[in-house]
Amino acid sequence: MTAKIEIRRANKLFDTGGRHIAALENVDLDIRANQFVTLVGASGCGKSTLLRSIGGLEDLSSGEIRVDGRPVSGPGAERAMVFQHYSLYPWLTVRENIRFCRSLKIKREEITSADVEIASGRTDALIGLMGLAPVENAYPNQLSGGMQQRVAIARALMNRPDILLMDEPFGALDAQTREVMHDLILHVFALERPTIVFVTHDVEEAIYLGDRVVLMAPRPGRIDSIYEVPLPPEREQDMKLSPEFTELKREILSRIRATSGMQTDRGMLDKLTATAQPGAAA
Amino acid sequence: MAAQCDSGIPNPRQRWWVIRGQIGRREYLVLALLGLLAPLAAWWGLAHSGWVDKVFMPAPEEVVTRIYGWFAEDDLLGDIWISVYRVTAGFAISAVLALPLALLIGTYRPLQALFEPLTDFIRYMPAVAFIPLVMLWVGIEESAKIAIIFIGTFFQMVLMMAEDIRRVPMAQIEAAQTMGATRGELTRLVILPSAKPALLDTLRVTMGWAWTYLVVAELVAANSGLGFAILKAQRFLQTDKIFAGILLIGLFGLLMDQSFRWLHRKRFPWLYFK
Repeated sequence: MTAKIEIRRANKLFDTGGRHIAALENVDLDIRANQFVTLVGASGCGKSTLLRSIGGLEDLSSGEIRVDGRPVSGPGAERAMVFQHYSLYPWLTVRENIRFCRSLKIKREEITSADVEIASGRTDALIGLMGLAPVENAYPNQLSGGMQQRVAIARALMNRPDILLMDEPFGALDAQTREVMHDLILHVFALERPTIVFVTHDVEEAIYLGDRVVLMAPRPGRIDSIYEVPLPPEREQDMKLSPEFTELKREILSRIRATSGMQTDRGMLDKLTATAQPGAAA
Repeated sequence: MAAQCDSGIPNPRQRWWVIRGQIGRREYLVLALLGLLAPLAAWWGLAHSGWVDKVFMPAPEEVVTRIYGWFAEDDLLGDIWISVYRVTAGFAISAVLALPLALLIGTYRPLQALFEPLTDFIRYMPAVAFIPLVMLWVGIEESAKIAIIFIGTFFQMVLMMAEDIRRVPMAQIEAAQTMGATRGELTRLVILPSAKPALLDTLRVTMGWAWTYLVVAELVAANSGLGFAILKAQRFLQTDKIFAGILLIGLFGLLMDQSFRWLHRKRFPWLYFK
């Protein structure tokens, strides 16, 4: 069986004032259909670049990404993306935001009267699923950050995309809201079974959500290691305290520390502590 | 610090001088009224004190009388009409041409490189200095006055509108792309609606500049209009009419500005929710 998403020798060079920086170097990755894959790594490891390349929002310098065997050459409706923020349309209500893709021609051409019915049913279903019914006629800037991300996810799901690409969607939310959103997205995943690629810098989030965790390393951006998450598919918050979970978290965190190139300078730290002692270095 | 923040009763004076602090609606209105009435009172006082000759500074009531006389005998409405017509025509032509150009400059980097430095260069050329050229090329008809207002506003408008377009968040555009939007749909359904409030604000600001260039434009062999009336009054030492003309132009500017603001609140209600 071939993979849903195949990434082959993907390279991406950024030109920053004459200096080339390798955001991605020879990245190879297969992502199976209906899998929840999370990408983690220190900043600058290219995880967002990789995600955006799958979405067709960035061009690779060389190499290839195939979705269902077809090379990606630009963005497409079957690969919906959820951003960290500023992606909602402030001039549209919650309901109108979610229905936005219905105003695009690609969809309208294919619509039969049965589809129209399904479409209006789907809007209601998504509003219900996301708990947005009380605010469906509000504007995005009247909502909290968590509610705004619910709208963004619902809007991305409206097209029934095969692939959902999520770029640190909960990065700006507080810890409590984030837990609620985790269970919500897992619920959506169980219901709709899209293939999800989810970028985060939060290791706990990556393990809790993912079937597989892909750890990337910076300078040059590359895949360091891949972990299968040893948890049952039905996740519960308590599992975060299980030995399997904490063991995997410890392993990934230490690997990130080893690859980030930002180790704490012990000698420097001792010096700092010494100067902070009363009466020291007078 | 004399007062502690836990004293419980907020001291109004202290509250006023909080950086970016808030004041009540009534306090705001009283202060705004004070700001408008104090200069008027000072003007009235100065004019009646006898220190200043009437030729230099007529009293407020004389100006009001003059406005009435202008209206009754001197075709004030005709002057207003022709001035409003010139401003609106020059402004409208600018806006209609500037918007598509700004949309292109704000969207495509090569077009920005092609047009923006040029526009930047031209906008620093004083519109007033174009008057002899405009007279030579366009003549001294209505079109000449409209041309001056156009030159004064168009280039500024292009640059400001292009910036409004560039400020549309990339995530809004990319989200639509990953929902399958075409170029045309991106422009029509995302970029324009997203930039609209900023574009209307740009129109409001440039409208003010169009009124400024009106007086300049009416220097060009005009024989009607508010700006022309001011210049003619100067020739006859009718200081009260100069005052009247200036105040009327200010009043119209304020009126237009407020209508733009009203339209902004009416058309873009989501920006005013909190």
